[in-house]
Parts: sequence; C-alpha cells; structure tokens
Amino acid sequence: MIEIKGLHKKFGSLHVLRGVDLTVAEREVVCIIGPSGSGKSTLLRCINHLEEATEGEIQVEGIHLTHKETDINRVRAEVGMVFQRFNLFPHMTVLENITLAPVQVRKMPKVEAERFARELLTKVGLSEKERAYPEQLSGGQQQRVAIARALAMKPKIMLFDEPTSALDPEMVGEVLNVMKDLAREGMTMVVVTHEMGFAREVGDRVIFMDEGVIVEEGSPEQIFGNPRHERTKAFLSKVL
Amino acid sequence: MDFRWDIVYSYYDMFLMGGWMTLKLTAIAVTIGTIIGLIVALARLTKFTPLRWFAAIYTDVIRGTPLLVQIFIVHFGAPKLLGFSLSAMTSGLIALSINSGAYVAEIFRAGIQSIDKGQMEAARSLGMTYPQAMRHIILPQAFRRIIPPLGNEFIAMLKDSSLVSVISLPELAMAGRTVYGSTYRVWEAWLPVAFVYLVMTLAFTRLVAWYESRLALKAHR
Repeated sequence: MIEIKGLHKKFGSLHVLRGVDLTVAEREVVCIIGPSGSGKSTLLRCINHLEEATEGEIQVEGIHLTHKETDINRVRAEVGMVFQRFNLFPHMTVLENITLAPVQVRKMPKVEAERFARELLTKVGLSEKERAYPEQLSGGQQQRVAIARALAMKPKIMLFDEPTSALDPEMVGEVLNVMKDLAREGMTMVVVTHEMGFAREVGDRVIFMDEGVIVEEGSPEQIFGNPRHERTKAFLSKVL
Repeated sequence: MDFRWDIVYSYYDMFLMGGWMTLKLTAIAVTIGTIIGLIVALARLTKFTPLRWFAAIYTDVIRGTPLLVQIFIVHFGAPKLLGFSLSAMTSGLIALSINSGAYVAEIFRAGIQSIDKGQMEAARSLGMTYPQAMRHIILPQAFRRIIPPLGNEFIAMLKDSSLVSVISLPELAMAGRTVYGSTYRVWEAWLPVAFVYLVMTLAFTRLVAWYESRLALKAHR
C-alpha cells in the first residue's frame, strides 16, 4: 500500500530524513517510535505530501507522490490523517467538521454524508455531540471527532501523528481504544507514537527511528523484548 | 466670542447632507476596498511570483503615498489618460476605494496568516484543494478576526474621506468650506463639522468595541 524508497528530506540545511526505505502492507499496523527530532513525524507527513520529499520515491496505492503530474488531492482523499493537536475546524459543529470533506471532495449528497457521520460518531462514542463545537469538547473527545472526520472520507490508509501526545493522561485511553477498534477492523495504519503499550499490543510491526534513519524494525516482541541496536536499547530504557 | 447659533441652524441641512454623503462615500469605498483587499491579500499569498509582486507593489505604493496626492492624480490625471473627465464623485470613490484596498489587503493578510497552519494542513489532508480550504476553512475564521481592524479602517476612512473636499465633492468637510466661504464665520462653519464627524466615529468605535467584546465572550465559552 505504501512504498518508500531512499527518502530524504531537508529543511534548508537541516537534514531531517537521511534515506528511509519503508513498505507497509494492506491491513498492517506499523508503529513508529523514536526520540523527538528523529524524523518520525516528517516521514508521516511525507506520506500524504504535507511535506515534499527532497529526494527519493514515495508510492501510495501505486501512485507516485513524487511525480509532478500526480494529482495529490486524489491521493490525500484515500489517506486519512490524525494530528497531535486535533486541528478540528473551530467554526463548525462536530457534524459539519465530519461532513465537509465528503460533500466537497467526494461530492457525496449531504444527507448521505450526515448519515455516515452519525454512524462514525456512534463508533467513536460521541453520538450525542454532533451539534457541539470543538471548543466545547475535551481533548480526548476532540481527537475522537478528528478520527471520525478522517474516516468519513473512507480512506484506505490512516496516518496518526502522535495522536495522544497533547492529551491529559486520563483521556489517552479513550483515543487508543478507538484506534484499537480500527486496527481490529483491518485498517492499514501508520502510527507515530510515544505509547509503547499501544505499539506492543496493536502494532504488527514496530519501527525505531533515530537521526533521520530507520535504525531497527521488527515485531513488537523483538523490538521491545530483544532490541539489537544500542540506540534502540538506550531509547527503550528511557521510556519503558 | 459670540457664537451665532442662527448661522448653524440656517445651514444645518448642509451639514447633515454632508455627513450623509461622507457616510455613503466611506461605506462604498470600504466595501469596494474590502473586495480589492481580499483579492490582493490572496495574491500576496500565492506561489505565482508576478501576481505576488503586483500585489506587493500595489500595497507599497498606495500606503507609501499621501491620499491627497492619490486623489489629485485620479481626478486630474483621468482626463489626460482617458480623454474625458470624471465627476468628483467618481474620482473620489475610485481614489478612496483604491486607497482603502491597500490597507484592507494588509488586514486580510494578517488575518489569514493568524490562522493556525494546522487548519490548512487538516483541510488539505482531507483531500480539499487550496481554494476549497481557503473558502471553507481559512477565510471564515479569518473574517471573524478581521472585523475589528476592518471597523477601525472604516473609522479612519470616515475621517480621511474629508480630503476629497479638495475636488469639491459635497461631503461633510466641503460643507464646512462652503459655510465658511459664504459667512466667514470660523466656529459656526467648522465646529458643527467636527461635531458630526465625532458623532459618527464615536458610534462606530462603540460598535466595534461591542463586537470585540462579543467575540471575546464567544472565545471563552
């Protein structure tokens, strides 16, 4: 579903990604861990072209993101993204947040979009909040709405950029539970996270990044139980 | 000082009509200025360099030259350029609108740039195009924030529009000139003019303050 080859990303003189190769298969849940500044979020943002690759190739569903003639909006419609800071649209109700893109981008009839939005809200446990504005919701609730908003486009892949890092501790669980359900349903997911418990429990594969490269990857059991690289060991000893 | 109320009274309709004209001029100029300003602000934010340059030059030139000079250039330059002269009303409105547009463009630009960039990213990540994201996500939020500075621009324009009296547009300041010209009474001519300006600007200042407090209330709901 996702194929990345030799990806480099520079911000001016800052070399953030230094040659990343990554393949994600259908229905796979890949968790990316690593210290801050290691390039995890940048890698994720390259997958839906919020950042432009400096060098290398990215294919999503067989479409080359790095080719000039690619219609990037078509790819993005298939790739849902959940942000650390939710980024809900504050001037719209929960329901409007969710239905906007399906109506505008997919040209879905409004009634149908609303029906599907309510279905999604039930799924994330917020069916009674459809008329609320984002500022009236807790962080955990906002993030669940953000997940529903991304799912409303019926994406084939979901990207999560530290989805629980901006949350109060007591709200982390409710968001992770929604993500677990999603993984169980077979959604292809790439998750940048500091929640090692989630990576261990839900991840099919764990990737450890440091200084712009993938240092080590493997099953959760192998990475957490028996890390091979010193850098992985050092990182895990600090966070576990 | 003997203040002749009877002079003020005998010209009161001239002061009121002048005030009304000033209000109309300002409202039309700021409305057209808002349309120009929005287009220019969007132009300044595009990746298309010639458009960006054009927008930057426009705002720099207009904001860097006096309105009075702009009024002269439009009013006395038009006949030379177009071959026919413009009425004071037309050239006054053109000059004020173009002038207002440059200031409003900067207000819009600041408003758009004040919106968290996560908003644009979220919209784009959902597959929306740049224009769709601007229209549905960025501009509606920016609009709310720029209404107070836009109100201040309106108040500034209300006062600056007095400059079009130099081309004899019959607005409020022109009423003062006319009354003074026919009576040679300084206070009776200019105090009523100042008073009408003050009433209008105070009313709008209050209106903007009221809107701002409502906005603040909403933000802390």
